[in-house]
Amino acid sequence: MATTYRTCPRTGLQFDLKAEKLMRWNAVAGVLWLLVGGITALLVILTRWPAIKLLPPDQFYLILTAHGIDMLILWIIYFEIAVLYFASSTLLRCRLATPNLAWVGFWLMAIGGIMTNVAIFQGESSVMFTSYVPMQAAPHFYLGIILFAVGALIGCGVFFGTLVVAKRDKTYTGSLPLVSFGAMTAAIIAVFTILSGAAILIPTFLWSVGLIESVDPQLYRMIWWALGHSSQQINVAAHVSIWYLVAAVIFGAKPLSEKVSRFAFLLYILFLQLASAHHLLSDPGMSAEWKVLNTSYFMYFAVMASMIHGFTVPGAIEAAQRRKGFTNGLFEWLRKAPWGNPVFSGMFISLVGFGFLGGISGVVLGTEQINMLMHNTFYVPGHFHTTVVVGTTLAFMSITYLLVPTLFKREMMFPKLCQIQPYLYGLSMSVLGLVMMGAGTLGVSRRHWDMAFSGAPFQYEWPGAAYLMMGLTGIFGTIAVIGGGLWIFLVVWSLLFGKKLDGGVTSDKPTPIPDQTTAASASATGSEEHTTVPGTVVLAITLLVCFVLYYFVNWKYLSEVWGLS
Amino acid sequence: MSAILPPSDRLWWKTPISGQEWTWIGIAFVWGMVMFGMMLYWHIYGKQNLSNEVYRTTTEMFQAKTDAFVKENTIRTETEQQIPVAKANANNEAFLLARLWSWYPILELEAGKTYKIHLSAVDYNHGFSLQPTNINIQVIPGYEHVVKMTPTKAGTYAIVCNEYCGIGHHTMLGRIYVK
Repeated sequence: MATTYRTCPRTGLQFDLKAEKLMRWNAVAGVLWLLVGGITALLVILTRWPAIKLLPPDQFYLILTAHGIDMLILWIIYFEIAVLYFASSTLLRCRLATPNLAWVGFWLMAIGGIMTNVAIFQGESSVMFTSYVPMQAAPHFYLGIILFAVGALIGCGVFFGTLVVAKRDKTYTGSLPLVSFGAMTAAIIAVFTILSGAAILIPTFLWSVGLIESVDPQLYRMIWWALGHSSQQINVAAHVSIWYLVAAVIFGAKPLSEKVSRFAFLLYILFLQLASAHHLLSDPGMSAEWKVLNTSYFMYFAVMASMIHGFTVPGAIEAAQRRKGFTNGLFEWLRKAPWGNPVFSGMFISLVGFGFLGGISGVVLGTEQINMLMHNTFYVPGHFHTTVVVGTTLAFMSITYLLVPTLFKREMMFPKLCQIQPYLYGLSMSVLGLVMMGAGTLGVSRRHWDMAFSGAPFQYEWPGAAYLMMGLTGIFGTIAVIGGGLWIFLVVWSLLFGKKLDGGVTSDKPTPIPDQTTAASASATGSEEHTTVPGTVVLAITLLVCFVLYYFVNWKYLSEVWGLS
Repeated sequence: MSAILPPSDRLWWKTPISGQEWTWIGIAFVWGMVMFGMMLYWHIYGKQNLSNEVYRTTTEMFQAKTDAFVKENTIRTETEQQIPVAKANANNEAFLLARLWSWYPILELEAGKTYKIHLSAVDYNHGFSLQPTNINIQVIPGYEHVVKMTPTKAGTYAIVCNEYCGIGHHTMLGRIYVK
């Protein structure tokens, strides 16, 4: 298992060259899918914009299916595999386990992704990301996703193997770094997710080729969402890990408490997978007891976990800044943060957007009875564009500004544009999410070609505000696509033409992480003297107040509709 | 020293948690319990809870039941397609069938009365989205969902299909009259 190690002179990170190549290829493949996803996003937005209505219905549904698959599965999971390899082999300074197998995983994902896209663009598989039976896609639509999932599962296996290698080779002492621990959380949830996906997509594939007579539509929805929603929980665990990573790299931030942060990740593993229920709250097939217990992640323990991370991440930054002397008032630590550094600004917008918009809307949407106000409306994509896009995608974009110099050894070009990009993308996407939720609150449907219902036997006129919201969706969606396109341009251009940077010294042997525990623990700032974080407390209380108000406003809305029992 | 290195304190699980963190964990826990309690509270005191009355059915069986209901309770037909408008039967029950791409039949209800609406689909998944009051319920083939509804205000309501059901999805508009 001969491999070479390189120590990046700028960050001190150590890369196993075989792992490095895999990370690059996975990240680049992700970016290419993001490009396809971004083009389809623009077409979707321009069709749903009532004033433009670009595509005819058949093409619209085709493109919307491609947008969902390419963004939610292909872009994100490719990038996550790169993150997993980074969080294991690089952070633990060890060789990657079975790199050849990792390449098998990579190519399976590539073949699967292309196969599914071919099925979609052939036009016989416009079944949406969710592909609810009994609507049927071409067999290779399902087969492609299955192959992709097997590849991703191999990637998770390589990650776990690498943890074992690091432990055995003693490249670190004590416990895993928090970021690697968070990545492990993501990988564990990924295994659960992929097995759920296999449990439903394999029978569905067999049904599409005629070997099974039927798949129960309600059962399909339940198991499919153990794939569909849990895969978003991989994202949450991954992007929360990246928040901690950025806080550590930019500020040297140390978790307020390792115990609390790790416990919060553990709660994700224990409860997040119950969220499949969020999609079934207005379904006939489940009892109210089942819905209440599952939709709340067994009494909101996973929500508690996210609220904890939402406190400890900015808290860790504040503590680090205060130790550096930014102690004036409540917010000097935040005002004096490096807002011009896209790694930080992207991460912080991701944090705030995910908490205030994605988090709050998700809990409200996932409340059993309130769900009836929003199920399948435009509110749903509004919500998940603030979680998966503002949360996950933006976090991945921000970390890329760090990865291009260290992993790809290229300097980022157009630094001014790099500074602007997280704001342009993050803020327009946040507003997009809000106006989509606004349209959904007024009842506008998701996955719907024509809100004017042309060709229907009767007419229904949406309120004027709904048209206004959809117009704003068009405007901010277009800006967001420009912001995303700018990121792809900056990254690709820098990879191709950026100034080559020194790769640093290489060696045949990994240098283990120096054991700093014994010496450090005597002088550790942690233990007794906690740094107080009043600014973070204020931010957290603000979040809570918004949360409580918005939550009860929706109960008020619900109380005004027809009686249901 | 930081989140990308092993914890500097090897016995990190013995490090005490600061008061600020404990307080926030406590608040998050209590808020979770409040939200959990709200769903239970609404089941007891709220007036909008989705019914749990569901039967297994087949597309043929549900089609037959709906046809029988329409035959007995039609009061007139509307539009060029002669879509029947049906009143609820003597037990205040009515059937509403979702198919590609229509809601069948049109229902005529009275405000303040409670009806049992039997909902099902005969081909794909469909979405019952009552506008402008904004109630959204998933309609799944093979499951007959009996939803008790009490209209509050007279008017003409639209049923938008909000589960994607193919190329004609956007033409799938139904109607409920409330007198």
